[in-house]
Amino acid sequence: MRKNSMTRALLAGFSALSMLAAVPMAQAQEKIKIGLLEDISGDLALMGMPKLHGSQLAVEEINAKGGIMGRQIELIHLDPQGDNARYQEFARRLIQRDKVDVLIGGITSASREALRPIVNRADKLYIYTNQYEGGVCDGNMISVGAVPEQQLSTLIPWMVEKFGKRVYTVAADYNFGQLTAEWTRDLLKKAGGEVIGQEFIPLGVSQFGQTIQNIQKAKPDWLMMLNVGAAQDSFFEQAAAAKLNLPMGSPIKVMLGFEHKRFKPPALENMHAVANWFEEIDTPAAADFRKRWRAKFPNETYINDMGYNAYVAMYMYKMLVESAKSTDKSKIREVIATGKACIESPEGNICIDPKSQHTSHHMRLIGVKADHSVAVIKDFGVIQPYWLGEIGCDLTKADPKEQYAPSNLPKKK
Amino acid sequence: MFAELFSIAFQFADVFAFLILAAAGLAIIFGMMGIINMAHGEFIMCGIYVTVIGVQNGLPLPVAQACGALTAGLIGVILERTIIYRLYDRPLDSILATWGISLIVTQGMLVTMGSSWPGIGTPAGSFVVGPYTFSSYRLVLFVAAILVMIGLFLLYMKTSFGTLARATIQNPRMARALGVRTPRVYAASFGIGAALAGLCGALYAPTMTLIPTMGITFIVEAFVTVVVGGSNVLLGTVPAAIVLGAIRTSLNAWQGQIVGQIGMLIAVILVIRVLPEGVSGWLARRSR
Repeated sequence: MRKNSMTRALLAGFSALSMLAAVPMAQAQEKIKIGLLEDISGDLALMGMPKLHGSQLAVEEINAKGGIMGRQIELIHLDPQGDNARYQEFARRLIQRDKVDVLIGGITSASREALRPIVNRADKLYIYTNQYEGGVCDGNMISVGAVPEQQLSTLIPWMVEKFGKRVYTVAADYNFGQLTAEWTRDLLKKAGGEVIGQEFIPLGVSQFGQTIQNIQKAKPDWLMMLNVGAAQDSFFEQAAAAKLNLPMGSPIKVMLGFEHKRFKPPALENMHAVANWFEEIDTPAAADFRKRWRAKFPNETYINDMGYNAYVAMYMYKMLVESAKSTDKSKIREVIATGKACIESPEGNICIDPKSQHTSHHMRLIGVKADHSVAVIKDFGVIQPYWLGEIGCDLTKADPKEQYAPSNLPKKK
Repeated sequence: MFAELFSIAFQFADVFAFLILAAAGLAIIFGMMGIINMAHGEFIMCGIYVTVIGVQNGLPLPVAQACGALTAGLIGVILERTIIYRLYDRPLDSILATWGISLIVTQGMLVTMGSSWPGIGTPAGSFVVGPYTFSSYRLVLFVAAILVMIGLFLLYMKTSFGTLARATIQNPRMARALGVRTPRVYAASFGIGAALAGLCGALYAPTMTLIPTMGITFIVEAFVTVVVGGSNVLLGTVPAAIVLGAIRTSLNAWQGQIVGQIGMLIAVILVIRVLPEGVSGWLARRSR
């Protein structure tokens, strides 16, 4: 009997010891490494800074609540300074040297297209957090930002009905501007309108005298503004000074570059945009999110949609890893393929579409008033990213790693 | 018809003013001192920020603009006395040094002032010609560009400082032997160049969006004008701005901004090929 109880005590002691040992073992479990590429210097710093802040806020919150499956997140941020060559160099460094589990970031479509070949060669998961011209059908990429069927299929018919059919497009001369201008032509035709003039502006151009006069000569009903970067934003000030006074629509102004906070009123008056996030959104969930953000970053000029998307992307990744019970890309894609990859975000419940790996969003049409206050004009509810699926992209079946556009559709088999 | 002609003239004046104002400071420093100032854009940015912050603190716009130009000039003099003067015989090193200054300033601004700054808005006022409306402020810019060139001409041709400065460029040793304090002349020239860059920024401040790297948007036009104009500001800059302005305006109107920019850059390549010393070198040789 006595011997027996001693054995028991020994066993109890042993198991207690092993339990003690088990605690540090769980803590020592490897961190999840997330590589982040966001511009916080260079020309796009004003938009990139909120993206970094959004990612940091989400990581802090997730880590404070125990991380992802008990594993803490280690966020490794590098600043490519708006330079596509640096994007590629840093992406290689994060993937090869730091061995990150996932790569997040990139601002312009040019930087995204610079990253994709590298991500694809390493066969890693990449999350792009900006709204963009749409059409990327790539199994390694998850897009968290809004796309044309969410932003333009909503905005353009509304603008045609409200202001008229004749449209002048001012666009930045690179892939985003060119492709979005193509979307504009396409959607305008369907809405019964037409593009009566379009002008592509080299990046970095800041003087718009001639453009403003070309617009006055063409006499459009409204302008589609696809100008990009701080230099090209000078258009608004110069157009206001020349009393151009035309209604404007855009998928990237206000919620992204917060031009209404940077320019003196009324330069942005009568600008319209459709967005899944803008800081003025008036819901309890949004207010709570705003409060947490402002507590951590009190000097933020504006919480833009990219920054919000960057925050959401982190929770999206958490949900994917926890559902897949692994950081393995193929297991994560199996979760996406079920169509049940959804999270509760400050804009509401949003899901990743299995066919395109793009995200559904709650879209609202906003208008800027003369004093630069922002009002919601129309609530479209949740819109699916349906276009890629409709034209035949189905990442659950095939992975072409292509970017499609209305003029570049997949070949029918 | 009149409206069309006026529109063309107005656009030309607008491009001309931009080229002259962007280039004047760079041309002075290059022509008078042989220094290629890679921090030119940062002096412009300094003029912009000082102007905007001045206006936001209650100064009237013209006073704030004067402050912008003066601040840039003052910083120019300080930089010349601390760094640039060491590099007079080392043109490549001076490029590297001024480029380094430029990087330090842009990053420093980003860290201290943040990635963007609210604008002040263009002074009200516009006028109508036919179907077009124009911002009156653009005329202010054109007049300022002409006044800057007249002022430079008077300064360098009609004052004793101008004589000393020209003597210093032509033969610094002889000038020194004759009692010219060449270091002062150099400091003044660099200061004037920096102040002109600051003035350019101050004048364009109300019309643009503000970020720490915004000086870069003036750089292409500034360098292109100086390359075409050559080392003599008084002879070269105005003809260069007229030629480039005419090419750019006509191509802009005809085919849009991309073609306008491409055309301007092609013109520069041709000029370098045909007139390697720029317009002023060619004019000087002809008059000899």
